[in-house]
Amino acid sequence: MIEVQDLTHYYGGRRAIEGLSFKIAENEIVGFLGLNGAGKSTTLKILAGLIVPTAGSVKIDGLDVVTANHEFRGRIGYLPEDPPLYKDMSVSGFVRFCGQLKGMSTADVDSRLPSVLETTQLTLVRDRTISELSHGYRKRVGIAQAIIHNPRLVILDEPISGLDPRQIVEMRKVVRALGRDRTVLISSHILSEISETCDRMLVLAGGVIAAQGTEAEISRLGTERAVRLDLLLSGDNKAIEAALRPFVGAEPVRIVADGAYWKVEVNLGSDTREALVAALVGAGIGVRRLVEDAGELEQVFLGLTREVVS
Amino acid sequence: MSGILLIARRDFGAYLNSFWGWLILALALGIDGLFFNVIGIGKSAKYSAEVLDQFFFGTGGVTLAVAVLITMRLFAEERQTGTIVLLETSPLSDRQLVLGKYLSAMAFVSLFLALTAYLPAMIFINGKVSTEEILVGYLGTWLLGSAGVAIGTWASAVSRYQVLAAVLAAVVTVFFVVCWMLSGILDAPFKGVISYVAFFDRQFAPFQGGSLNTEGVVFFLSITFGFLLMATQSLCSRRWT
Repeated sequence: MIEVQDLTHYYGGRRAIEGLSFKIAENEIVGFLGLNGAGKSTTLKILAGLIVPTAGSVKIDGLDVVTANHEFRGRIGYLPEDPPLYKDMSVSGFVRFCGQLKGMSTADVDSRLPSVLETTQLTLVRDRTISELSHGYRKRVGIAQAIIHNPRLVILDEPISGLDPRQIVEMRKVVRALGRDRTVLISSHILSEISETCDRMLVLAGGVIAAQGTEAEISRLGTERAVRLDLLLSGDNKAIEAALRPFVGAEPVRIVADGAYWKVEVNLGSDTREALVAALVGAGIGVRRLVEDAGELEQVFLGLTREVVS
Repeated sequence: MSGILLIARRDFGAYLNSFWGWLILALALGIDGLFFNVIGIGKSAKYSAEVLDQFFFGTGGVTLAVAVLITMRLFAEERQTGTIVLLETSPLSDRQLVLGKYLSAMAFVSLFLALTAYLPAMIFINGKVSTEEILVGYLGTWLLGSAGVAIGTWASAVSRYQVLAAVLAAVVTVFFVVCWMLSGILDAPFKGVISYVAFFDRQFAPFQGGSLNTEGVVFFLSITFGFLLMATQSLCSRRWT
């Protein structure tokens, strides 16, 4: 169990995070979502034992990040955005070194190494020098060093950044495999990545937690929030604007001719799509298409982060 | 202890696997040999003890230069490449990290000193010097190197860039080397203090002549301890930024 309580950190006089509190259960994959500068990296650095928080506490199995720093670090595996690798070493040599660095005996490292290389799909390149590997493989070597000592919590900071689509799919498999027997915390500013691999997500904005929960729970927050729609309608454009006006208030309605139809873009104050369609149909307007211009979850994320930052 | 040795082994291996490591070693041995031939042996007739004294004087200077060049990468390079994260997230203490790094550099310095042994061996074979004189000279040079490596380790721990670490280490080392000149223009009590910390004139000179200088042993070990302690504190303070 990982327990974070009122975590606050300042860089000089600048606040990076304030009052973060959350819990992560065993074998849970949790996504840490936020725009750049939201405070994700600072939080991860504290969780990894790299920096000491200004206030608050982080505990793993009752061990505190400040008072039991060395034991705490032994229970963490951390992969920063740029994998920290000694590129002159071979894959297996490097992972073995990292295991020993984390306090494992040579025998323990040797017995665990094959399964770690298999989980991270590195068995075929185990004797290759790291400098010869592609970016995707290097990320996996980074994950291997983070899990060789069988940590309770694995922290992956932007694990798919810089990967091509094939490597992203492979990385997702690796992350899911990690989550089978340990807790994983993934940080990303890419929403689809978090919703694809995580059981639960924490949305961070402006240094505070804007929302937390499963994808469905966060999506439900969207019913009370602004929605942007693309519509394809038939009928009179004046009648269309009149029918939409009660839903958009003073917001502008963009209507552009598209062949026999009208392409319309509107921002709704809240998610009232059903009522909108009913009003349009009642006014004799044909509704050929209605699409959110961003994914539902993405809308919620942007709404949440906008609100908190403002 | 195993954590300290692990880091020391890894870093010493990295020196020997790099072009930079071999280049420093080759240049240092070349300069040391040249100094021995030109200044040590020279053209005029000399006593063996005098040649040995000159050899250790030259080797001491080269050892300090080697210390500056090899220590600049210890922490600063790890910081530049991001691999410092591996060390800082490991369960090892900052003291263990500093000691591991220091030992790796000392292993390199020891290798360099071992490879210079053919020069005093020639004096031993062709002249009249005792094994004790040679061993005491090497002990002093090794202690001098230890102080230089500790200064370099500290400079690397407080610097973000390798070049900056090298410049800082060089400035501090040169200060200790030229202290004897400063002491000449100062009045008491500064004169006494400054002349006491002079690396060559006060502390290393007896070793050059083959006499075991306990004051020098304590001095060089104190410098080593002090700068390693400062390096440890510097690493520790970074976590509290």
